Amino acid sequence: MAVPRFWREMPVRYNLIGSHCTGCDMYHYPPRTMCSGCHRESLGKMEEHQFAGTGQIVACTVVYQPQQGYEMHGPYPMAMIEMDEGARITAQIVDVAPEMVKRGMRVKAVFRKLGEDSESGIIYYGTKFTPVEELEPEEEDEESADSVEAEL
Amino acid sequence: MRDVSIIGAGITKFGELWDKSLRELGLMAGLEAIQDAGISSSDIDALYVGNMAAGSLVQQEHVSALIADYCAMAGAHIPSTRIEGASASGGLALRQAYIAVAGGFIDVAVVGGAEKMTDVSDSESAHTLAMGADEEWESQQGATFASLHAMMAQAHMTEFGTTREMLSAVASKNHGHAALNPLAQFPFPVKPEAVSSSGLVSDPLRMLDCAPQSDGGAAVVLCASERAKEFSKNPISIIGSGQASDTLSLHHRASLSRMPAIGVASERAFAQAGRKVADVSVAEIHDNFTISELIALEEIGLAERGSAGQLTLDGATTLGGAIPVNTGGGLKARGHPPGATGVAQAVEIVQQLRGSAGERQVKGATLGLLENHGGTGATAVVHLLEVN
Amino acid sequence: MSGIVSYGAYIPRYKIETTEIASVWGQDGSAMARNLNVFSKSVPGPDEDVITIAVECARTAMKRCGVTGQQVGAIYTGSESHPYAVKPSSTVVAEAVCATPYLTAADYEFACKAGTAAIQTCLGMVGDRQIDYGLAIGVDTSQSAPGDALEYSASAGGGAFLIGRDKVIAEINHTTSYTTDTPDFWRREGQQYPRHGGRFTGKPAYFLHVASCAQLTMKMAGTEAKDYQYIVTHQPNGKFPVRVAKALGFTTEQVETGLLTPRVGNTYSGAVFLGLAAVFDVAKPGDRILSIAYGSGAGSDGFDITITDHIENLDRSATVEQMISRMKIINYPTYAKYCGKIHMRSGG
Repeated sequence: MAVPRFWREMPVRYNLIGSHCTGCDMYHYPPRTMCSGCHRESLGKMEEHQFAGTGQIVACTVVYQPQQGYEMHGPYPMAMIEMDEGARITAQIVDVAPEMVKRGMRVKAVFRKLGEDSESGIIYYGTKFTPVEELEPEEEDEESADSVEAEL
Repeated sequence: MRDVSIIGAGITKFGELWDKSLRELGLMAGLEAIQDAGISSSDIDALYVGNMAAGSLVQQEHVSALIADYCAMAGAHIPSTRIEGASASGGLALRQAYIAVAGGFIDVAVVGGAEKMTDVSDSESAHTLAMGADEEWESQQGATFASLHAMMAQAHMTEFGTTREMLSAVASKNHGHAALNPLAQFPFPVKPEAVSSSGLVSDPLRMLDCAPQSDGGAAVVLCASERAKEFSKNPISIIGSGQASDTLSLHHRASLSRMPAIGVASERAFAQAGRKVADVSVAEIHDNFTISELIALEEIGLAERGSAGQLTLDGATTLGGAIPVNTGGGLKARGHPPGATGVAQAVEIVQQLRGSAGERQVKGATLGLLENHGGTGATAVVHLLEVN
Repeated sequence: MSGIVSYGAYIPRYKIETTEIASVWGQDGSAMARNLNVFSKSVPGPDEDVITIAVECARTAMKRCGVTGQQVGAIYTGSESHPYAVKPSSTVVAEAVCATPYLTAADYEFACKAGTAAIQTCLGMVGDRQIDYGLAIGVDTSQSAPGDALEYSASAGGGAFLIGRDKVIAEINHTTSYTTDTPDFWRREGQQYPRHGGRFTGKPAYFLHVASCAQLTMKMAGTEAKDYQYIVTHQPNGKFPVRVAKALGFTTEQVETGLLTPRVGNTYSGAVFLGLAAVFDVAKPGDRILSIAYGSGAGSDGFDITITDHIENLDRSATVEQMISRMKIINYPTYAKYCGKIHMRSGG
C-alpha cells in the first residue's frame, strides 16, 4: 500500500480517532467529515473523538484462509466490535484461542502490527482487540503461578 | 419512457480459460448475442460494459474502449461506457443500457459483462475480489471477503436458526442445476454432505459455500420494444428495473443478517413493473456465498424472513419446485466472473422465458427475476423480465 | 529530585520451555535448564515487535499516572531489535501516545542496556527543566540463531519509565556508569543473528562491568549491600545475577523479586526495566533499590533508587507476575513461525 495513504490514517489506526457529531450525538469510526445521521446539518458541528478502546463483540468468525499478510497467525478470529460509544469496528482478536472468542465478549484495544509492504518496506501498525477477561479453560491463574514457582 | 426488450443473448463457458484474454471473452459473448439478435453492427447505438477489476487483474483500465475496439465498433465511433459496482457491475451495466433505451436516447444497446480472473495468482484475485468490501477498514484489518459473509451467516444462524444443512442445500441445488448446463464451470452434482465437510474457509463457511474465481463473458442486446420485431421473433420485455445502495462496510450496517439494498431494489423493480413477488416463475439470485442466496430470497420476499433455509431444504427453489432459483448453476456452480455475472443472469432468464432452456426449462415460465449485488450488499440491482 | 513518576511493563503471552527447544537439537533440556537457571522464555506473537511492545509499556505508564501525551517532551526507546535500522521506533511510540509534534525523540542502541541510557538522558532533560516529562523505554524481541546457546534465553518484553520531577514514585539518587570497549557480543549491520565470544562474555564482560559499576554507585551513594531491600541487575541467565549479587554482599532474598529470567528469558534491553517493574509492583515507601544494567560492547549503568510515598497512589493492580502467569506454552514449530525463523516466499 502506498505510504501516504497509510500515513494519512495513522492517528485513526493507532489511536482510534473517530468523529462525534455534536448535533445528533452520533459517533463514527473511522471519522467522517459529514455525519451519516444528520448530513449537511452536521457541517461545523463535527468534532474529533478518541475512542476509549473498549467494547463488545457483536459478530465473529475464525478465518482459515488468511488475508494477505496474516499467514503466520494460523486460523485467526475476526470480529465486529461495538465500541462503548456506539460505533463499530472490524478487527482481529488476538492472544486468545479462536474457539474461545464469543459474541458478547468484552474486549479492549491493543497496538499491533497490521502488516508490512515487504521485508524492505514500511511496517503498518494499527489496533487489534483482546479479551478483557483472562480466559483459562484448564486451570486458574493462581494455580499456574504456584506451579511455576515450585519449578524454581 | 418507452418499453425495452432483450432481443439477443450470448455467453461463453465460465471457468479457468487460460487461452482466452479479457478482450476475447468480451468479443465472444458479444458476437453470439448480436448473431442471436439478428442485428448487424451498424444497428448498434451504444455499448455498455460491466467489468469489476480489469485494472488489478490485467493492468488495464479504459475497458470501455478496449471492448469497443476489439469488437470492431471503434471505427464507427460507437459510445462505449464501462460500469463498475464490484460483482454488480453486469447488472448495473444492464440497467444503464435499459435507462438509455427507455429514455429514448438510443434504440439498440449491447450490454456485455466480462472478467479475467486467472491471469493473477489465487491470492491476488482473492485480494482483488475483497476490494468490493472496504479495503481500508475491513480488508486491511484482516477481514477477508469470506469472513464478512461468515459473520452474516453467523448472524442469520443465531437469529433464525438457519443450519449448516440449509447452507449446503443451496450449493448442492445449484450444482444439480449446473450438471444440466454444459457451459457451467462445474457442470456436475455435489452432495450436501460434501459441502458440509469441505475445508473451512471462515467459520461457518466452507470451500463449497463459496463461488469460485472465474473467467467468462456474457452479453445481451437491448432494443426499444417498438422496433424489436424488426429483429427478433421472441423479444423478452424488461418490465422492471430497480437499484439501491447501502453502506460499503458491514460494520456500518444496522443488521448483519440482512441486505436491505436488495429489498429496496426489488421493491422498486416490482413497483415499476406492477407485478407481485408471487408472480415470479424463475429467478437468478446472486449466490457468491450460500448465505447470500438465502438472505436475498428473504429481502425480495420469495421467502419469509428467516425461512429461506427451510424453503431450500424443502426443494422449493430446485428445478421442478415452486420457484426454481439459479437454474444455470448460480455463481457457485456456473462460475462467477464478477463483471459478467449480472449479464449471465439475464442470459439464463431470457432462455427460460423463450422456452429454450432445454433440460433446465422451467415449464410455463413467464416472469423472471434477476438479483445482482456487489460487496456485502452495498450495491443491489434487480430486473424483472417477462414474456412478451 | 527527578525520578520515575510511573512505569509500564509488558511480556508477550507466549512462552516456550527450555526442554522443548532442547528436544529439537537433541540436547538434555532439563540439564540445560538447570545449568542456565532458565526454564522458559517469552515469545512475541507474529504481530508484535519492539514498537508494539514499547507502545503498550508507554501507554500503561501514562495511563497509571494520568500524564497526557502533550505533556511528554522526550521519548527515547532503547533496543537491539528495533524493527527499522533507519527510522526511529520512538516516533511511532510518540504518535501512539499522542505526544506529537512538540517533543524530541531518538532511538538508543547499546546491546542489552539501550533503555537505561534513555533513563539517564531523560534525567538530564528533566533535571535541567528543558522538559517536564520524558519517557525512557527499554524493549527487545531479540533473535537468536537456531541451535545456538542463546536460543534458550533470548526472549521478548520490556518496560517504560516516565521520568519527571512531580509526584515521583522512585527517586533516582545517583546514576553512574562504567564503560569500555569490550567486544563480547555483537551483530553486524545486515546480519540477522548476533554472535558472541562464548565464555568471554562472563568475567571480562558482564561481571567486570556490573560489579565495577555497582561498587562505584554504592561509593557515590555511601551505601552497602545491607542498605538495600532489592538489587536488580541485568540477567542474561538465571545464574549471573545471583553470582554477582553475592560477590557484592547481597543475599538471594534481595535478588529474587527482580530476577525474572528463569521464567521469562533474557529480554535484553527490557531486562532491567522488567526487573524493576516487578519490584515497583510490590515495593513500599522507603525501600531502596540498587539497579545495574549491562550492555555488551560493553558498559553498565547504575542507579541508586529510593521509593517514595507517592507509589501508594499509583494503580499497581496489573502486575508483572500476572503477565508471567498468563503466558501460554507453545511448541517449537509455532515459536519458529512467530519469530520469523521460517521465511515465507514473498509475493503470494
